[in-house]
Amino acid sequence: MKSFTYERARSPAEAAATAARTEGARFIAGGTNLLDLMKLEIETPAHLIDVNGLSLDKIESTPEGGLRIGALVRNTDLAADPRVRRDYGVLSRALVAGASGQLRNKATTAGNLLQRTRCPYFYDTNQPCNKRRPGSGCAAVGGFSRQHAVVGASEACIATHPSDMAVAMRVLDATVETVRPDGPARTIPIADFHHLPGNTPDVETALSPGELITAVTLPKPVGGTHIYRKVRDRASYAFALVSVAAIVQRDGTGRVALGGVAHKPWRIESAETQLPRGAKAVTAQLLSGAKPTRENAFKLPLVERTLGAALAEAKG
Amino acid sequence: MQGPSDFELSRRKLLLGTAASVAFGAAPGIADAQTPAGPAQAATAPAISMSKVSFNVNGRVRELALDTRTTLLDALREHLHLTGSKKGCDHGQCGACTVIVGGRRINSCLTLAVMHEGDEIRTIEGLGTPENLHPMQAAFVKHDGYQCGYCTPGQICSAVAVLDEVEAGIPSHVSADLNAPPQLTNAELRERMSGNICRCGAYSNIAEAISEVAGRPA
Ligand SMILES: Cc1cc2nc3c(=O)[nH]c(=O)nc-3n(C[C@H](O)[C@H](O)[C@H](O)COP(=O)(O)OP(=O)(O)OC[C@H]3O[C@@H](n4cnc5c(N)ncnc54)[C@H](O)[C@@H]3O)c2cc1C
Ligand code: SF4
Ligand code: FES
Ligand code: FES
Repeated sequence: MKSFTYERARSPAEAAATAARTEGARFIAGGTNLLDLMKLEIETPAHLIDVNGLSLDKIESTPEGGLRIGALVRNTDLAADPRVRRDYGVLSRALVAGASGQLRNKATTAGNLLQRTRCPYFYDTNQPCNKRRPGSGCAAVGGFSRQHAVVGASEACIATHPSDMAVAMRVLDATVETVRPDGPARTIPIADFHHLPGNTPDVETALSPGELITAVTLPKPVGGTHIYRKVRDRASYAFALVSVAAIVQRDGTGRVALGGVAHKPWRIESAETQLPRGAKAVTAQLLSGAKPTRENAFKLPLVERTLGAALAEAKG
Repeated sequence: MQGPSDFELSRRKLLLGTAASVAFGAAPGIADAQTPAGPAQAATAPAISMSKVSFNVNGRVRELALDTRTTLLDALREHLHLTGSKKGCDHGQCGACTVIVGGRRINSCLTLAVMHEGDEIRTIEGLGTPENLHPMQAAFVKHDGYQCGYCTPGQICSAVAVLDEVEAGIPSHVSADLNAPPQLTNAELRERMSGNICRCGAYSNIAEAISEVAGRPA
């Protein structure tokens, strides 16, 4: 690990300002992703701003009937909150499908959204990787690509976003609240928060330098049956090959987002009109234009079957 | 005669002492928000940056001056010589380093010691003593919940916290009903303990030990 200086943030605005003016500064929350990457020198911050002391760890009801989740709310606490369990079950389910009990006790809402890809070549500093070293190429194209994206990828990068929580946030139409170093707070719809790789896979989100996430807001509950189905190589403590977050209403309408298939949680609202017609019809639209590799072509039928199972579960 | 471990110890102390004096003498390695580090400061940051931290480990307040890079696991093992907590993977993948901080289990390898100012930390050494074992330790002995024993301190710390998590109503991936209090069935127990890998595969005995403490048949 490269040496770094360390400070504890006193307020969100000050943290953002310090981050913007200090070269190589990064926020650290749970540390479960950042420290992992720092040990491998994939991330090499010169200065860490510990945001854990900021009181951004509450879940409050909003005047609109939704919930405002502080950036520092731990994944365990979010999954266990009685309001989340009752009204946003897909979020609880996605959270407890991720990582381990120990990790969820540390992992935060903001850190989870910002966790980086698990592409093995991103982790191997001997390999070319446009995300880690822009312009160096992509070792996954033509390499071992079983875990990689089937939609929305580019020639520069075919990595997937590994978060389970983010897929549920996408299906719930969450909004990310931030403070910027130089200006007022802003809100970013989750649909615009994560970027597709394009030619700049190193630019992963809409955040500007120094911008600090303060909360994630959920609109008022939409009812329906909430399902999160995750398919992975072992029954627990593994990243998704494919996951489906679904909210299905009694009349068969609903919403669907996918994990494990793209550089961001994958949702196409127009595909959801096909829900009453079943998984095949929805999948055809959700994954239209998919460009799988030989090694990950299995994800296409896997999405259809996982969605089929989710819809069957919703029918009860 | 000095044993190899004593030698190790003094060599470490020597290294730490040297590092500390270099860093403290050269530049302010510890920054707090009242003296924000500007770009100029960051550029002249010392090769090793030190920071002070104080926390309570197993009921005792410990103050340390550490290289900021020191993980909680390394602080416990290398600086406080509490070697019960083990380093398996050092990347959050195995659970051997599990300790209980503020009543919650975490992976001590994926957190910095300096991030734990004022925290209450419980390690395997603080759960019980050889003469007076914690019920979970006694149950692991009784049920042979290990083979080589390397994962055991992490398994036991994790198991103690799991019982509290179930008590607190925290749901798991296998809880059928999110809105009902979870029960510690065998499936629940295995799911909740999945962050602790045992290379010897002592899982069924571990499950029996935990079930006994939880007061249910495995
Ligand atoms: C072995 C293992 C298995 C895992 N399995 C899964 C899994 O199955 N599913 C899953 O979804 N996840 C999984 N994870 C990932 C885990 O969920 C993430 O590591 C965690 O959510 C990151 O949160 P954190 O608070 O620890 O982030 P940190 O590591 O503290 O930070 C991550 C990033 O977010 C930035 N950041 C943090 N807070 C803010 C803020 N408020 N504003 C702006 N930037 C911020 C940091 O600068 C950093 O770049 C796994 C991790 C491990 C180690
Ligand atoms: S897929 Fe993306 S993250 Fe993986 S090697 Fe290619 S550029 Fe890097
Ligand atoms: S050593 Fe911490 S999880 Fe393996
Ligand atoms: S007892 Fe050997 S690793 Fe678990």
